[in-house]
Amino acid sequence: MFDIKKPENIIYQRPRAFTEVSTHYCPGCTHGVAHRLIAEVLDEMKLTEKTIGVAPVGCAVFAYNYFNTDFVEAAHGRAPAMATGIKRVMPDRFVFTYQGDGDLASIGMAEIMHAAGRGENITVIFINNAIYGMTGGQMAPTTLPGQKTTSSPRGRDVELQGYPLRMSEMIAKMDGASYVVRRSLHDPANIRKAKKAIRTAFEAQVHGLGFSMVELLSTCPTNWGITPVESLKWLEEHMIPVYPLVDCKVSSAVGDMRF
Amino acid sequence: MTKELIKGNVAMAEAAVRAGLEAYFGYPITPQTEVLEHLARRMPELGRAFVQAESEVAAINMVYGAACTGVRVMTTSSSPGVSLMQEGLSYIAGTEIPAVLINVMRGGPGLGNIAPAQSDYYQAVHGGGHGDYHPIVLAPSSVQEAIDLTVLSFDLAEKYRNLVFILADGSVGQMMEPAELPEMRPLIRKDWDWAVNGKGGKRERRILTSIYIDPPAEEQANYRMQKTWQTIQKNEVRYKEYYLDDAEYVVVGFGTAGRVALSAVRAMRHNGVKVGLLRPVALSPYPFEVIDELASRAKAFLVVEMNQGQMLSDVQLAVKGRVPVEFYGRPGGMVPFPEQILKELKRITSTDLKIVSDPRVAWLERMTA
Repeated sequence: MFDIKKPENIIYQRPRAFTEVSTHYCPGCTHGVAHRLIAEVLDEMKLTEKTIGVAPVGCAVFAYNYFNTDFVEAAHGRAPAMATGIKRVMPDRFVFTYQGDGDLASIGMAEIMHAAGRGENITVIFINNAIYGMTGGQMAPTTLPGQKTTSSPRGRDVELQGYPLRMSEMIAKMDGASYVVRRSLHDPANIRKAKKAIRTAFEAQVHGLGFSMVELLSTCPTNWGITPVESLKWLEEHMIPVYPLVDCKVSSAVGDMRF
Repeated sequence: MTKELIKGNVAMAEAAVRAGLEAYFGYPITPQTEVLEHLARRMPELGRAFVQAESEVAAINMVYGAACTGVRVMTTSSSPGVSLMQEGLSYIAGTEIPAVLINVMRGGPGLGNIAPAQSDYYQAVHGGGHGDYHPIVLAPSSVQEAIDLTVLSFDLAEKYRNLVFILADGSVGQMMEPAELPEMRPLIRKDWDWAVNGKGGKRERRILTSIYIDPPAEEQANYRMQKTWQTIQKNEVRYKEYYLDDAEYVVVGFGTAGRVALSAVRAMRHNGVKVGLLRPVALSPYPFEVIDELASRAKAFLVVEMNQGQMLSDVQLAVKGRVPVEFYGRPGGMVPFPEQILKELKRITSTDLKIVSDPRVAWLERMTA
């Protein structure tokens, strides 16, 4: 008889790096996908026991509930500074931050840029969904021109509210950054590519190659005001032209890694 | 060990190193920069962590991260920089983890100047960041005391899982005096049962956070913090007494102001007037009970500060209107001279004083006349 529970027959299961908790994320939100990819990579690299995660302020504020690793909770935008403090005293631990676009690209601009500039040997997972989720859909630094939010109700007017910030391109310019790429979570093929990027970023840290970051284009159906399926399409049609899915920086040392 | 001529800022930095400082994060600001400069050399040569942060905001959040791992960690700054750190300090307090901050105070408000001042008393003792929390605040008046309190600060921070501030002023930081540094303590990394340092396959995961999204849980956390604070209040009151046994007039001053006032008190004693000095060494917890007892037998108090009268409020709280409380302050980066305090003491000991609700009114009239 086919035993579904036999290890050799398991093709998909909850990553061990996850806790047995349901997430609080809205239906259709891609935070869950991003979390899962991180957990799978932690499992594959056997990093759970030596990982210290740094949660942000924003929708992922409760990320620490979902990963079966040590975790701390940073002030808004300060996760890279907190991660710096941890990594500098415990360089053999694996340290990653998980930050949204308001957290990383607005209030935490100084902390992220200088962590990258110093080449801190940490990994940043950057969730870009072009909006403030937790506070209810305000304009983010990454909000697209013309995009309606509760604080740009007539659409982001670039004359008054400026242009979206491309963080990965900016950070890639810095010598301290070893691996900076943008991926998207809008379909299975891209999700697979995102996982591969997360693996590479984590490997870069384990190999001691300096700052690594994966920007993940993500959806926010609740605050975008459209269905989850429409959100995936909106991401593909509107976000990717502004935020191309590119390798902004792959240092030669990262390129030479074998894993 | 023998005494050496050493600058206050360097002395505090080296004392922290010898007390087992494992990580330092800071940002240059006068008049504390020598701390950062000393540690920029010392920490790396000992294989310990040193980062010159991009701002005080980042520095305190690096401290927050390192503190979560349970190592001895410190930052130092001066008044405007400490204002920037208030966010992180509140988070550290809310997470109930140990950390040490040295504030070498300068004249303010705003950009102010780089001269010695004591105008961050309220910020340090009565708040600063948002939410209910109580740091332990220690105020040195000499280089030797700055060394001793720096060493003590790490023990207290760990004992209570609490913030400890050294509230020094620019003159303590900048002056050179003969002082004795402690022996180098071997680094002992304790495996605290709360530290976030990777599970290592040995234990359940740990989370350190200041978020309690459920208000009843936050209420319980506040009760726990208040309980810690009440224990601190019982155990950690620290002060120095000078000629108080038979004192009819009591001067209260901390740090540099207290030290300058001692010269004036001695001069009065030389003239046969029974004046004594109380110099609180811990500003938080404050020696309320000592002042309460003094108020039952003294004729009047004089509070001397390098500000517009901040600790004055706490003295008044302890005196409870029983005897007059007078004030002499030099704000804005000015340091009082002993003769000026002596003049005040002569006025106070030879005049029929009234009990007033705000001694700052008459003080300002005298200062601006």
